[in-house]
Amino acid sequence: MTGRSEALGDRVFAALAYGAGILVLLLLGAIILSLLIGGMPALRAFGWHFLINADWDPVHQQFGALVPIYGTLVTSLLALLFAVPLAFGIAFWLTELAPDWLRRPVGTAVELLAAIPSIIYGMWGFFVIVPFMSAHVQPMVIDALDGVPVLGALFAGPPFGTGLLTAALILAVMILPFIASVMRDVFLAVPAVFKESAYGVGCTTWEVMRSIVLPYTRISVMGGIMLGLGRALGETMAVTFVIGNTNRLSASLFGPGNTIASLVALEFPEAGPGSLKLSALLALGFLLFVISFIVLAISRLLVRTRVPA
Amino acid sequence: MNMARSEMRGTLSRRRQRRSRMVKALCWLATGIALAFLALILFTLLWLGAAGLGATVFTTSTRPPGSGGGLANAIVGSLIQTAVGTAIGTPIGLLVGTFLAEYAGRSALGSAVRFVSDVLLSAPSILIGLFVYAILVAPFGGFSGIAGAVALAVIVIPIVVRTTEDMLRLIPVALREAAVALGAPKWKSIVFVCYPAARQGIATGILLAVARVAGETAPLLFTSLGNLNWSTSLTKPMASLPLVIYQYAGSAFDDWVQLAWVAALLITLGVLAINLLARAALSSGQ
Repeated sequence: MTGRSEALGDRVFAALAYGAGILVLLLLGAIILSLLIGGMPALRAFGWHFLINADWDPVHQQFGALVPIYGTLVTSLLALLFAVPLAFGIAFWLTELAPDWLRRPVGTAVELLAAIPSIIYGMWGFFVIVPFMSAHVQPMVIDALDGVPVLGALFAGPPFGTGLLTAALILAVMILPFIASVMRDVFLAVPAVFKESAYGVGCTTWEVMRSIVLPYTRISVMGGIMLGLGRALGETMAVTFVIGNTNRLSASLFGPGNTIASLVALEFPEAGPGSLKLSALLALGFLLFVISFIVLAISRLLVRTRVPA
Repeated sequence: MNMARSEMRGTLSRRRQRRSRMVKALCWLATGIALAFLALILFTLLWLGAAGLGATVFTTSTRPPGSGGGLANAIVGSLIQTAVGTAIGTPIGLLVGTFLAEYAGRSALGSAVRFVSDVLLSAPSILIGLFVYAILVAPFGGFSGIAGAVALAVIVIPIVVRTTEDMLRLIPVALREAAVALGAPKWKSIVFVCYPAARQGIATGILLAVARVAGETAPLLFTSLGNLNWSTSLTKPMASLPLVIYQYAGSAFDDWVQLAWVAALLITLGVLAINLLARAALSSGQ
């Protein structure tokens, strides 16, 4: 009697566990499918021109994704450009340079940067960084580069403070802790013997980092950077506050723009149920999900190859 | 010998030392920059948020500009949606984590679930809002607190999965063997031996999930929408602190912007406090 009920308990619990596991797979499938089905009318109406059309014109029912795709890629890549060197410096400091009593508190503080909600970054960026950019950074850069070919155009326009560059700066601060924490973990996983041998033949701290630690961990470091990229691509609230929200292509990094996520957040309230606009927004969401899924999948494959479980 | 040594130090060695010192200085600088950003954000929040703190913030709901008002509806809405979202997401996450640690082994299904869960952990949260809009809001006629809670639950799941699996794997084999030797079936050894042994780690995961979803805005935009009036009904649109910040921070009314700063201060202090608590729980358990 007890035996049979216990066997039943085992079967029920196993079924629950397996069911929950399968539910996660179904969840992913449902997210992709719901966005694809919702976006189908727009994808059907515009075809692949959806991807290269720069018009976003609700009045004439013209919806193209080029401007938000451009904005998403530019802000995310710029954010990586700022965040990666800083994250490397922090990880290097935490693993090799920090005095023992400072290591834990500083490590925790850096991780807390990742805990601050996205909307706080947005509001803070809007009230602190945007005025700073518009009053100090942008006028200076615009004056200095005025008339210089290429660079002048890249940093031209009125100094509103908002724009692609400002969004990239905020994104950089937000993804910094994620990249730094992956780098720190993989740096710590380097066998001490390797480093000690290098110190033993007279290497400096930097030479040990450059010639031993970095080559040994480069795959996982790339994975950490991809994780940062994946986070930056889909970031919504912080970007929405500071990017300027315009659906025009801007060659200048000081110019306003949009990302896929910020466009969806802003335009959604004005998109009625069943409208072509709503469908275009869902199609954009599908696109963003596919892009970030690929980036995050690569990241995970890279990080798992070297870090022992 | 002596001359050669000093010569070497003068050219090669000193240059290498200098370069190493320069890189070290840059690393101190990088760490300083990150800490400065954290300090600057917290300082701004305290400076501008504390100015608007008062009893009315907690006792009155949001009102039209110029007529006072507080954040009571938003605070309660945030608490309800975070609690319901965590209550839905935690058991599922716990079961998935158990599946990965105890049942999946090295099977293809296990690897797939682990992979998908890890990717969902960093998936854009606004898309989870769109997804819940498509499956719950659009078909069932309207924005609701429960739709918001479901969106938050989707975010909770992968966080709880990760910590649960990691913590269950840390449990010594001897403990399981002891349970088996006493004749306990597998499910009893998991529920009554492994879960209690891993409870601090699991609790940390849940706390981290609460801290994460309490500050989420994007998934609520299309699900619970926000509500300017007092409402605790899960079937109606519901207010929350992040949505109030989104609505008020960009407005042209000074008293609304002030309230947005107060909301920002409350949510940030709450989130950071839960985070620190989670870390403390984990380190005291080890």
